[in-house]
Amino acid sequence: MARIEAEVGKPQGGLMKWIDDRFPFTKTMKYHVTEYYASKNFNWWFVFGVLAMVVLVIQLVTGIFLTMNYKPAAAEAFASVEYIMRDVEWGWLIRYMHSTGASFFFIVVYLHMFRAMLYGSYKKPRELIWLIGMMIFFVLMAEGFAGYLLPWGQMSYWGAQVIISLFGAIPVVGDGLVEFIRGDYSISDITLNRFFALHVIVLPLALIGLIFVHIVALHEVGSNNPDGIEIKKNKGPDGIPLDGVPFHPHHTSKDLIGIIVFLMIFSAVVFFAPDMGGMFLEHANFEPANLTATPEHIAPVWYYTPYYAILRAVPDKLWGFILFGLSVLLPVFLPWLDRCRVRSIRYRGWMYKTALSIFVVTFLTLGWLGLQPATETYVLLARIFSVLYFAFFLLMPFYTAADKTKPVPDRVVYHD
Amino acid sequence: MTEDDLDRNRRHFLTVATIATGAVGVGFVAIPFLSSLKPSARAQALGAPVEVPLGSIQPGEMVRVLWRGRLVFVLRRDEKMLASLPEIVDELRDPNSEVVEQQPDYAANDTRSLKPEYLVVEGSCTHLGCAPLEDFEVRPAEDWGGGFFCPCHGSKFDLAGRVYKGVPAPTNLRVPPHRFVRDDLILIGQDTGAA
Repeated sequence: MARIEAEVGKPQGGLMKWIDDRFPFTKTMKYHVTEYYASKNFNWWFVFGVLAMVVLVIQLVTGIFLTMNYKPAAAEAFASVEYIMRDVEWGWLIRYMHSTGASFFFIVVYLHMFRAMLYGSYKKPRELIWLIGMMIFFVLMAEGFAGYLLPWGQMSYWGAQVIISLFGAIPVVGDGLVEFIRGDYSISDITLNRFFALHVIVLPLALIGLIFVHIVALHEVGSNNPDGIEIKKNKGPDGIPLDGVPFHPHHTSKDLIGIIVFLMIFSAVVFFAPDMGGMFLEHANFEPANLTATPEHIAPVWYYTPYYAILRAVPDKLWGFILFGLSVLLPVFLPWLDRCRVRSIRYRGWMYKTALSIFVVTFLTLGWLGLQPATETYVLLARIFSVLYFAFFLLMPFYTAADKTKPVPDRVVYHD
Repeated sequence: MTEDDLDRNRRHFLTVATIATGAVGVGFVAIPFLSSLKPSARAQALGAPVEVPLGSIQPGEMVRVLWRGRLVFVLRRDEKMLASLPEIVDELRDPNSEVVEQQPDYAANDTRSLKPEYLVVEGSCTHLGCAPLEDFEVRPAEDWGGGFFCPCHGSKFDLAGRVYKGVPAPTNLRVPPHRFVRDDLILIGQDTGAA
């Protein structure tokens, strides 16, 4: 305070100093960017956090422009999406970027989460980062679900019908809760209107807030690395981790390559396969919602199908709901289910490597099964893989504790 | 005031009292916001009963109507359909309509209807709300006695909307409140007043 008064009328150090005296701009940039030290042996698995931010920006920008032409009313929604696609200049591009962005958001986030499982990024002291990350994942699922109702197509309507009905399985309060979510006796104009509010303001706001604390927590404890060792344990005389390099310019320039490659793939999909053969935009959704007929084959968008396959595998409504909920929730507990003292898969034993490999196959197979019709063979397969899915998590305390680990190096290692 | 004459109990009480008062206030203010999410007066008004004339429905035929935005099936069962109802009782989860929420008292009978001929059920699978498809063709080879089949998760119901065993749907299709205004006119959504 005194300093500012003394310098009134004598501008020194330019605009930056003027700002820094009033707002910690340079300090913040140093702390989070130019003097944030992250391990120098990051591999490509560490690019997905940044890519998730890129997709978030794509979704926010395209989303804002879509709201300028979209009408959140049952009578007009479907037509307004067609209008965007056909009559608004470049409207098709903005909408395809948004719909493709939704799927890429999940691809990137799933890979980002898998990175954490490869290198034990959720383990102490990063448990809270993982918990916040899981909350981001849940909000993202809700965001995708709310957004999928907005075009008011057949799959929008019946998909929402199925997912909202899930809550009806809860004893006693279920039916009341379902009515409260819909705001009507069935999914209607009222439901569409409130899902629009959730999709464009409530959930994005929550998402941005959670991502902010996700990064604040990350920068407090520091990033993990492919060796899963603490680079802060080996500091030079200047107090800087010997294995660390500043996030900017080192990691930013590396991330830029990742972003460019990502945008090439993203553009290829937007321009040449925006519906991805019915995976990103389901064919049934090219028809307006018909309240009297469910599509022959109903399946959620691919990013929910692993959990949906588990739901379908259970021949009981309440248990189906419980196991479905549990399958989504279980990863939250990873930091405590994993009893291994070693973080990175590089120094873990065969048990975790086998378990993780089986889990990847299980997750992908369940995802594929969730897209298929519920025939007897597929339901049987879904049951087998559901058991494997739960076994990965519930047996984890045992096999991670029993696993033989390799010695962990003091300093990061390069693999050329 | 020095640290010594600080009355910590008093300060603690005041802190708790302030937080509690604030919480009660927030609770009260939350009521209008949460209530605004319930079905509005207009939604309730639009949920008014609907009339369904029966004159044009032939035996064995079904019509679909919307009541409160929900699909309702009105099926006129023929003699053969009615005769098949008692035959499959063993395969059903709740053949005697013992789950009381799924139908008004007057439909908790062998045919789950006011008049045996006319079945009125909500066309919403009790599993996750998909609209079941009608499939009245009897195919003994496939162990199918005719009824409703849900394409989403494979739940099966018979010609009285009764759920089969071993499918995801837990209960029979719901019978909405309804009454006969005349012999050839059903009112769906209301069952009080003159029958």
